[in-house]
Amino acid sequence: MIFPFESLSDERRAIGLGVAVVVGIAFGFVQERTGFGRAPKLVGQFYGYDMTVFKAMFTAIVTAMLGTVVLSGLGLLDLRTVEFNYPTFLWPMVVGGLVLGVGFIVSGYCPGTSFVAAASGKLDGLVTVLGVILGTLVYAETEPAMGGFQNSGRLGGFFLYQWLHVPRPLLAVIITALAVVAFAAATRIERLAGKRAPVSPTTVAEAGPAALERGSKKRTAA
Amino acid sequence: MKRDQAKFWDPYAGGMALGLVLLATYAMMGKGLGASGASFRAGVAIVHAITPKHAELVPAMASTLEDGNPLDDWLVFEVLGVIVGGLIGAATSGRIAREVSKGPTFGTSWRLALALAGGVLMGFAAKLARGCTSGQGLSGGALMSVGSWAFMLSVFAGGYGMAYFVRRQWR
Repeated sequence: MIFPFESLSDERRAIGLGVAVVVGIAFGFVQERTGFGRAPKLVGQFYGYDMTVFKAMFTAIVTAMLGTVVLSGLGLLDLRTVEFNYPTFLWPMVVGGLVLGVGFIVSGYCPGTSFVAAASGKLDGLVTVLGVILGTLVYAETEPAMGGFQNSGRLGGFFLYQWLHVPRPLLAVIITALAVVAFAAATRIERLAGKRAPVSPTTVAEAGPAALERGSKKRTAA
Repeated sequence: MKRDQAKFWDPYAGGMALGLVLLATYAMMGKGLGASGASFRAGVAIVHAITPKHAELVPAMASTLEDGNPLDDWLVFEVLGVIVGGLIGAATSGRIAREVSKGPTFGTSWRLALALAGGVLMGFAAKLARGCTSGQGLSGGALMSVGSWAFMLSVFAGGYGMAYFVRRQWR
């Protein structure tokens, strides 16, 4: 096993922090170029008129998933070390997911994309960044009163291939096939929803994002 | 060269690039990407600067302060990179503009109030779920973690459930 380089989290920590900045730049750049820095594009998946973010997110999951299967199959990556960092606490994850989904559609961003939006000048993105910071502090203050809910449904390192008793490579192929079906369905949804979209994807594509912001500029000017 | 602000990468190409960045991060660091963890660390740093005694009394903050400066952390450096990367991506495609994204008929102050409220909900939720869409959904999801998939399905359920009630801000 060559990967991961454990020294990067330990005695060569400074190099690890340099790696953090580099992968962060790549992460932020790709997000911006794929449209993750724009609230109308991000929320499009919840109204069906623009499924870009859904498609990109699941393509990323499938790509990294197949990559881990190949790298560990070749004996290059010690996947146990990586999996160790992702234990399951089922109930707080389900409730946290529901609340985060509500926050996502209300703010128009998720915590990561709000950084990208703020970096490109979106004031609502910056306000979301501040809101997320505040929210994490509210959590820290209220956690002692939760009666241990945050640790409920503790399943440890528990993965879909263990739950379904399917070999990991086979399950990776099945999930990839399901993703392809989901992408086709997403494209159909875009066509159907495009007709009654609040901001149709064609408006965005043809007139440019300026069309989306024109209203806000007028209001600010007034 | 004329830049088209509305031109984005193909979603599958963008997704593949994102997946390869994630894979490289697993391989080098033994863990994936993240975002909200850095937000929390920034918050702890602020609280600690204002009232250090209080920060040391709150368990979640105290455990972050145990290792020294809360900002001296891998995730904080990664998010600084995300901000730089987002800035480069926007600057090189002509997309930097001081603006508020919303539908043309929705008020700016209401939009900002919702952005703040949604942010607070997400910050709370991300701490509860031990990660946000990046650190739990994407990074745990690609490892096939049961919790990450339960989280992700719940995010979509919450988003679809709430979408109708806030549709006006995008009109």
